[in-house]
Amino acid sequence: MLNLLWLVPFMPLAGFLILTASEGRLPRAYVPWIGAGSVGLSAALAASLAFELLALAPEARVFRQTLWHWMAAGDFGVDFAFYLDALSLNMLLVVTGVGFLIHVYSAGYMADDPSMARFFAYMNLFVFAMLILVLADNLPLLYLGWEGVGLCSYLLIGFWYEKPENGYAARKAFVVTRVGDTAMALGLFLMFSQLGTLDIQEAMARASTQWPAGSALPTAAALLLLGGAVGKSAQLPLQVWLPDAMAGPTPISALIHAATMVTAGVYLIARTHALFALAPEVQTLVAAIGAITLLMSGFSALTQTDIKRILAYSTISQIGYMFLALGVGAWSAAIFHLTTHAFFKALLFLGAGAVILSLHHEQDIFRMGGLRRSLPLVFWTFIVGLAALVALPFTSGYYSKHEILLSAYGSGAAGPWLWAAGTAGAILTGLYSTRLLLVAFFGTERTQAHSHYGSNIGVPLVVLAILSLAGGLAKLPLFPALPETGTEETGGSIGLATTAAPFLGVAIGYLVYRTGTASAEALLQLPGAETLRRLWFSGWGMDWVYDRLFVFPFIALARLNKGDAVDRLYQGIVALTRLGHCMLVPTQTGQLRRYAAGMLFGAALILALGVWS
Amino acid sequence: MILLWLILVPFIGGLLSLPARRWRDYAPRWLALAALAVDAVLVLTLFADTGAAPKTDWLAQVDWAWIPRFGIRFHLALDGLSLLLVGLTVFLGFAAVLCSWTEIRERQGFFHFNLLWTLAGVIGVFLALDLFLFFFFWEVMLIPMYLLIGIWGHENRAYAAMKFFIFTQVSGLLMLIAILALVFLHYQTTRSLSFDYFELLEADLYPGAARWIMLGFFVAFTVKLPAIPFHTWLPDAHTQAPTGGSVLLAGVLLKTGAYGLLRFVIPLFPGAAQDFAPVAMTLGAVSILYAAKLAFAQTDIKRLIAYTSISHMGFVLLGVFAGNAQALQGAVMTMLAHGVSAAALFMVAGALQERLHTRDMDKMGGLWTLAPRIGAITLFFSVAALGMPGLGNFVGEFLVLLGSFRVDTAITAFAAIGLILAPVYALYVMQRAFHGPASPCEVRDFGIREMGMMLCLIAATAWMGLHPQSMLAYTDARVNGLTRTLAQRGP
Amino acid sequence: MASIPFEHALLLASVLFALGLVALLIRRNLIVMLMSVEIMLNAAGLAFIAAGSRWGQPDGQVMFLLVLTLAAAEVGVGLGLVLQIYRRYKTLDVDRLSEMQG
Repeated sequence: MLNLLWLVPFMPLAGFLILTASEGRLPRAYVPWIGAGSVGLSAALAASLAFELLALAPEARVFRQTLWHWMAAGDFGVDFAFYLDALSLNMLLVVTGVGFLIHVYSAGYMADDPSMARFFAYMNLFVFAMLILVLADNLPLLYLGWEGVGLCSYLLIGFWYEKPENGYAARKAFVVTRVGDTAMALGLFLMFSQLGTLDIQEAMARASTQWPAGSALPTAAALLLLGGAVGKSAQLPLQVWLPDAMAGPTPISALIHAATMVTAGVYLIARTHALFALAPEVQTLVAAIGAITLLMSGFSALTQTDIKRILAYSTISQIGYMFLALGVGAWSAAIFHLTTHAFFKALLFLGAGAVILSLHHEQDIFRMGGLRRSLPLVFWTFIVGLAALVALPFTSGYYSKHEILLSAYGSGAAGPWLWAAGTAGAILTGLYSTRLLLVAFFGTERTQAHSHYGSNIGVPLVVLAILSLAGGLAKLPLFPALPETGTEETGGSIGLATTAAPFLGVAIGYLVYRTGTASAEALLQLPGAETLRRLWFSGWGMDWVYDRLFVFPFIALARLNKGDAVDRLYQGIVALTRLGHCMLVPTQTGQLRRYAAGMLFGAALILALGVWS
Repeated sequence: MILLWLILVPFIGGLLSLPARRWRDYAPRWLALAALAVDAVLVLTLFADTGAAPKTDWLAQVDWAWIPRFGIRFHLALDGLSLLLVGLTVFLGFAAVLCSWTEIRERQGFFHFNLLWTLAGVIGVFLALDLFLFFFFWEVMLIPMYLLIGIWGHENRAYAAMKFFIFTQVSGLLMLIAILALVFLHYQTTRSLSFDYFELLEADLYPGAARWIMLGFFVAFTVKLPAIPFHTWLPDAHTQAPTGGSVLLAGVLLKTGAYGLLRFVIPLFPGAAQDFAPVAMTLGAVSILYAAKLAFAQTDIKRLIAYTSISHMGFVLLGVFAGNAQALQGAVMTMLAHGVSAAALFMVAGALQERLHTRDMDKMGGLWTLAPRIGAITLFFSVAALGMPGLGNFVGEFLVLLGSFRVDTAITAFAAIGLILAPVYALYVMQRAFHGPASPCEVRDFGIREMGMMLCLIAATAWMGLHPQSMLAYTDARVNGLTRTLAQRGP
Repeated sequence: MASIPFEHALLLASVLFALGLVALLIRRNLIVMLMSVEIMLNAAGLAFIAAGSRWGQPDGQVMFLLVLTLAAAEVGVGLGLVLQIYRRYKTLDVDRLSEMQG
């Protein structure tokens, strides 16, 4: 049964190939069946694989499958091979499970779109690439999946290609992540040149034996891999692409930009945790990046008005938590939060999609309001999702976030600071979630909603809501793929403060947006508040900085040198030749006798030279 | 013997297609296809004889005396590297004939004559092991290509053809001087006059001479490759050439430069080449970045693709001079993969020009709606060009960088910035030509002939990306030989 | 039989050559110019003959025969061209036949 592992990624690939080959001529009714069906089969297969693998003893939960010899040159060789252990199984289930639900949802969401076949083809390709990423046995194959999901992200963000701004967002996402990917590729080269292999398990084993902890090589390698991770996972300083990526259809935002692809960086670091453990400075950096990112994007989420951008910043913030966990060595807590986040953030995006669909593509929360009555199902599932997001007790998000914050507190000297940042982030999360809920779903109805969604939108919402609530109980055992980190019991007051922080945020939000005790407008009257709001709204002005640092100079340079300066050199030679031509033209008088005289003098000169020399 | 026929068939096919035009208008192109089909059969026979991985160095040889007085022989030989490149040549020959099917309406006989003679010259270059014979074929492939650009090219064809001719001719002259110098120095030490590759491999040159002669070869081949600063003929030639000419230029002719580096520069002058490697690798890295930046700035779609070619060939230069197994294999893979993907992109550009009568991307936009097949195919090859793993170009670039990282970390890191710039230009093409709001005009989408051709190219690119080992196995022996040579005779 | 001294023959040849050259440079009539070219050719031939007899070698005469044939061919082609030129331009003045200028 485990031998069928290869079918899990290749089923979506088959779906992609069928949908592409049909060139959109397939009857519309069949398209979702192929698109969602292929992923559904994968999910079923993945589930049965999970039962089989988990039935084994923890140490034996490893399965390798080599499909073919990919490439070899000299002492370098990699196979097209899959590696299944508890960590990749966890990812496998998330990707196929949540992926399947989102595919089902898409059948409803995209029902009226003329390019539905193309949409499902891209989605299937994405699932294929993502599965390759999580199953890869070696780093080049992981890189294949890594770039593949990036490509699909590009294709799907720019899915509605008639609008140039969608294309811009798509290219921005691809290029920015490519910056990180290039760092990651260099990391691969470094690891190969030093360790002589790119097989993940083998490389980790060799790194642990060959490299002393804290030395320069593991630090450099970990830093380069971290570059890839922050690009893909939209962390500081490469987080700028994710908010713009919301230009894509909403199911895409749920699948790619919330549940799966953006967490690939977390997966990468967890996968290569042995390397990061050798580089304590880099690990501290990971934690710091996570802490700063979660705070910065939490503030940004506070000021957004577009429902999807709020959720996008919230995603960046939640991945910040995962990085925080990775940085303090709480590997399994990071993966746990990844899993629960996949549930509740997919739920929130799908709910937002249902809202947007009902409001005819209205995304501004201040033009919504009162949706509580018109869209009751969406409202209740959305509340569940938000509760998990802000980590109210007994939701899935509570367990994972709590574990992260407690691990952070107990992690050495910087621990309390990291904990404080995380807890402040939790307050922010409560605040912006409450704001979103109260503005969009309560109050007066500002846009007429037409709830014309069918069961293929409703069912995924309900299933995901159940998972968001109960997902915290079904935590997959990740040992021995990831080392066990016992969360030592910290003082009760810290645990209490961690639990209470979201409530504080919710309370503030309630006071501001429900009772009007403290009005947001009044806050904005304070000196400097408007500037701050604008700064947060623009994502701390990072786009502005990058435009001026990289984009504009590059474009200016390209414009300046459109005609290729090197060609001037050759044009110079041409000009010189022309000049010589012009100078000698007057000697061509057409006077035969002058030519004869010229020949005479020439001959005399040569003779004279011959005689006198 | 089969090697001789490989060259003779297109030669004869070319000669026959001249009068064939009088018989029927379409006769020349069918004749060209037939000649290529015969060649394809010959190549496949060679592949079949070789098996999955070549055991010996040289798979087939032809060695006759030609001008014995000067030690010039008619010496053809084929190893795994030549076999792959000859295969690529014939494969792209089909593509070139098929994409000229409706584009060329005037003087079809002479067009196909030139096309086939170019191919014959290229195959000869890939097979010749006598330096004089090599030079002969080097010139043979030049003149028909000059005519292809000069007669059937676009608006500025005379300038482009002349520029192409002068660049190649001057570089050919340099190579001739280098060949003669090498032969004479060899003659001075051994008293035997020979142009034969194997004999010259044994030539014992003092380092100063070796450096200068190596430079002569190097310049000749990097003009053809091309690399900064000898690249400026290429954008003009590519832009002005008819589609079939562009396909051959990008797909095959550029590869002769890379082949020359691999076949002659490294084995003949291993020491000098190693001394020169830092400069050459820097040139490669600069080519990658500079050309990528220029590509981004272009509005003419063919010119843009031309600059991407230079950028990709920078990887080849980097890989050849990094000189370890990964980098050399990567260079070979890049040659093959770029041959296919650049040819396909030029075919798309040619198809667009045939339909829209412009190459200016500012006048395009929204073509995806009108011609989704063209859009999807362009997307595929743009993505291949930007180095998507799973497609051929990635394997090449990855191996090149992997290998060169071991040799020079700084240059490799610098060259890797090219990986960031590649999507910038590749995706910009998609945006400007295919995305955006649709214009109200009608555009004929690809038909069966074009789709069939394109699907073959797509299959080849995907195959090279997913199972590159099937190609790498052919060049393994040669690459190992090269790394051994470098290790033994290097400084 | 007293032979003519070699120097005398060479002197004669030089004088003839100089005459032809000067005529070529100062005369404007094409036919006269052709004639002066003939004179120069024959002067060269004379020098060959003289040298041949001076060293008793046949090469001088061989070369003279070559010059003779060359001169004949030259006159043949030259006169033909002159005829055509006269038909077209109605003049044989070389200074007026200066259309081929840069």
